[in-house]
Order: sequence, then C-alpha cells, then structure tokens
Amino acid sequence: MPPDRNDMSAIATTQEPDATGTTPEFNTITINMGPQHPSTHGVLRLIIELDGEIVRSVRPVMGYLHTGMEKIMESKTYTKSLTVTDRMDYMSPLGNNMAYVGAVERILGIDVPDRARTLRVILLELTRISSHLVWLGTHALDLGAMSVFLYCFREREKLLDVNDMVAGSRMTPSYFRVGGFYQDVPDTFVPHVRKFLDEFPKALAEYQNLLTKNKIWMQRTIGVGVMSGEQAISLGCTGATLRGSGINYDVRKAKPYLGYETYEFEIPLGKSGDVYDRYLVRIEEMKQSLRIIRQGLDRLKPGPVRSDYPYLFPAKREDVKSGMEELIYHFKIMSEGFRVPTGDAYFSIESPKGELGFYVVADGSPNPYRVHVRPPSFIHLMALEPMAIGRLVSDLVACIGSIDIVLGEVDR
Amino acid sequence: MGLEELVPDGILTTTVEKMVNWARRSSIWPATFGLACCAIEMMATTASRYDLARFGAEVFRASPRQADLMIVAGRVSKKMAPILRRVYDQMPEPKWVISMGACASCGGEFNDYAIVQGVDTIVPVDVYVPGCPPRPEALIYGIMKLQEKIDRQRLKPALPDPMPADPTPADPTLADPTLAATAPAATVPAEGTGAA
Repeated sequence: MPPDRNDMSAIATTQEPDATGTTPEFNTITINMGPQHPSTHGVLRLIIELDGEIVRSVRPVMGYLHTGMEKIMESKTYTKSLTVTDRMDYMSPLGNNMAYVGAVERILGIDVPDRARTLRVILLELTRISSHLVWLGTHALDLGAMSVFLYCFREREKLLDVNDMVAGSRMTPSYFRVGGFYQDVPDTFVPHVRKFLDEFPKALAEYQNLLTKNKIWMQRTIGVGVMSGEQAISLGCTGATLRGSGINYDVRKAKPYLGYETYEFEIPLGKSGDVYDRYLVRIEEMKQSLRIIRQGLDRLKPGPVRSDYPYLFPAKREDVKSGMEELIYHFKIMSEGFRVPTGDAYFSIESPKGELGFYVVADGSPNPYRVHVRPPSFIHLMALEPMAIGRLVSDLVACIGSIDIVLGEVDR
Repeated sequence: MGLEELVPDGILTTTVEKMVNWARRSSIWPATFGLACCAIEMMATTASRYDLARFGAEVFRASPRQADLMIVAGRVSKKMAPILRRVYDQMPEPKWVISMGACASCGGEFNDYAIVQGVDTIVPVDVYVPGCPPRPEALIYGIMKLQEKIDRQRLKPALPDPMPADPTPADPTLADPTLAATAPAATVPAEGTGAA
C-alpha cells in the first residue's frame, strides 16, 4: 500500500533498501513547510525530508487555493468566464485572457482586426514585464535582498497604471474580449507607454547593479538548482525554466500567435540551467519585451478593435436608447451572452511563466461545456524536487523562487 | 489649568487607556497571510508608492506570534480554512482581522464547492475591505478604520472568545466589545439560554 502523502509519520519510515540490500544510513527528519510561509509564494505546502540540512526529498501538497475555476466557468457565459481567468495567474491577467479568448476565437474561426492584434501584443508584453518584476522582487526578497523588492514595485506601479487607464482596474482588468476589445485604448495610452519605455531601461540597469555582480546573490544562485536540458524537457518545463537550461523553445517563435512572427526579438538562453541563469534569462526577456513593445507602438494605426463577427459585442449605447431591435439585442447579449458553435480548440501562449494553454469545448450553448487549463506553474512545481535534492534547505527557497510559480494557477 | 501647570515642560497627562490605545493603533503588525490576488495588492500597499509604513503597519511578521493583525488577503478554500483558524489562534491578544477583498468577505465571484463563503464564518472580522482586489488606497482606508476602532477600545477584562471552538449562538454584543461596554449587562444572555 503506498504511503499516505499527508501522513508525515508514514513518510519518515519509508526508507527502502537500495540495490545492495542495505537501508540508507542517514537519519532523516521530516518537516513541514507552509502552507503559511513567507517564501512559498502563496499557500504552497512542502513536506521535506532532511538529513541534517541536506534535502533528501520534497513533496509538494497542493490544493490550498483550489477554487474550482474550471468548473465554475461551465456555469458562466463566455464573457463572464473571462473574469475568472484573470484570477488564475494574477501576475499576468492579460496573458490568461489571451489564452482563453484565443481558444474561443479559434472555435469561432474569427480573426481580430489589425489594431486589436497590435494592442494585444503591446499589452501582453507589458504584462510580461510586470509579472517578471513581481518575480524579481519576491525572489530577491526570499534571498535576503529587501531593497530590490521596493525598486521593482516602483516600476510595476507604472504598468498597473496602464491597466487602470485602459480597463479601470489595476490587477484584474479583463480587458480582452472574444473578438477584440470592448473599447479602444484612451489617447493617453501611447504617450504613457512611450514614457515607460524611456524610463524602464534605467530601472533595469539599477536592478542589475543591485544583483547581477552582487557577491551574495551569486553565491546563493550560481550552481544552485541545476537542471539539465533533457531533464527539463522530460518534466515538461517551458518558459524561462526551460530556456535557462539552454533549450530554445518559445511559443511566440514555435507556434506564433497574434503575428509574433513579424516582430523582431531574440530568445535569451541560459547555459548551465541553474538559478542564476534563469535569473539572467528573465532579465533579458524584459529587454526583449521592450523591443517588441516599441515595434508594436510604431505600427499602431487607427482602426476598429472589434471583430465583424455578428453577435459578439453589445450594441451602441445611443442605438439602444432609440431602437427597439437594438434594445432587444442588448437585453439578449447582456442576459444570455453569445453562443459558440459546437467544437473544441486548444490555444497556447507564451505566458511569463511558460506555455499557458486553454482547451475549450463548446456545445452550441452560451456557456463553455468544458474548460481545461495547461498551467505552467503546476508543471514547474514538479521540477522542484530534482532541483532541490542534495542541496541545503536555504537553496530550496532559491529554487522555489527561480521556477516562478503562482499558486492561483497551480491549484486553480 | 490645574495639574498641567504644576508638572515641568515636556510632560503630558493622559489616561492609561488612551495611551495604550495610541500605542496599539500606531504599531499594528500584520501577519503575512497572503492567499491569492489580494496578497499582491497587499504587497503593493507596503511597497514604494503607497508605503504603509506611514501608518505604522508595515512590519509584516512571518510568525503569527509576533502579529496583531491578520489581513486575510484572498479567497479561502475549504482546505485552507483550518489553517487560517490555527494561525488566528496562535496570534496573541489583542488581535484584529481585516477581511480583504470580495472573496474573503463573502466568497465573491467564486460561489462554488471549494471556497469558504466569507471568512467571518471562521474568524471574527473587524473590518471588511471591498474590491476585487481592493486598491491599495482601499486597504489603507481599512487600516485607518481599524485604528479608529482601536481608539474606542476599553481596557477591561477580556470578554469570552466571540467564536469559541464549539459553535454557540452568536450574540452581537459579544462580537464587538465596544457594544458590550455601552450596553447594560442584562443584554448578555445567561449561560445555556441560547442553546435551548
């Protein structure tokens, strides 16, 4: 009978004899880390077996933030389900929006207008920077560098101002819609983003001054949490966790969406696959995102932001006030929502954490029949044990930070 | 007038109650109890732009034993609920709870099998902060409201736990010590009357 994962006494005694028939000599103690712990990035619980200070095994216990999101989306209309996706990976809400609306748009077989595509790219890259800033701040905080956190959040506030400007909400904008956008961005959007583009490289240089050649930072991260490329692939890692090990795979290049193939940018790669390399990869990713945003702003032309596909968006406010047909339509679309023909589709994007995919099954009704998410954080959590085994407990904290998990996405 | 004229400069007179409340309200140390999206806004509140240190509440403690305030920031799943209660029980008196966001206050968007529909079913909540997630300004306002509440507290023997482990019928005067302080003693029900 397999040991109960939640039963710590059972785990402590499962020392299996090795190939020579002798039981391992180390005396392990089993300790519990989390779910209420400052460096678990939420409510992750780890059951760690320790031999002195050496980690022998790490077992994640999940479900402390289980929200039943996939299930609850089945009872909401397609537009209302969108708001649920924001709260999954709350560092990059627009990334989740994109993967979800992308899947629905694929079932409908529609394409969004050019302006909407470009705006989506700009906003997604801004979100990537904002997510990486939270990662950098908290990762440094875990390893004892308090001030980096304050610097990162200073810059992040400017990105949250963008969300506030376009959608009226700082963290959960739900700005994308199936078929484009509900509203165009305000006139202040482009100047604000351009100002950010001018300011951010300086801030990025500041972070690197604080960390990249910092002796303590290098000692805590170089050679820690090493994962080879083959190992990363076999564990299903994506994103910076995979690229830190030197594997060139980015969904934006491999399976381009939103016209990413027309943008010029590079995929930064690590060499040794340790925590330090993953740090460098993410810093470089932020620079590449700036490049993409700059190109996006240059090609942003006035035009519609809504798809022509019928019955996706509410009618114009003035028409609703004067026309009976529009009033009925408005009532129908607001109460019932739009219907999606029977079919299913999978759509994946390169979210800041890795490959985020949404699989949506539609049955012709206004609600999705089934939504399944491929969350990168959940899969990266499995990489924690191979990274941390044989290292010190304090290195485990560095490993958790470097895989950049968010528990809202792990547990959903 | 009177006593102040007799004491030398630099000495103020006040009541012990006011002084204790002033000390408590000016150094509310929250426990880090970040759960979901709201936790990120809670971090933003302590960070550069909003700087919660101006209100004396920026020292987030990793151990509940060093904390006065639990900011329940995010949705509480049914699996997390016992841990939340345990962390609350480990905090020393006096302690306060802020329910941050729609999910913690009432379940919010997630009315389903997994989420506790309001954290006030587990711990007594002092201040509810609405929003999904609340903006940092809203959380700061919530903390200021809590400070006002602390200002009104009385120094007197502690009342019985408003939410003991075994469920007993709720009494509004027990949940709020200030109510009980102003209400006549007769409104507190005698033992056993509520259960029958």
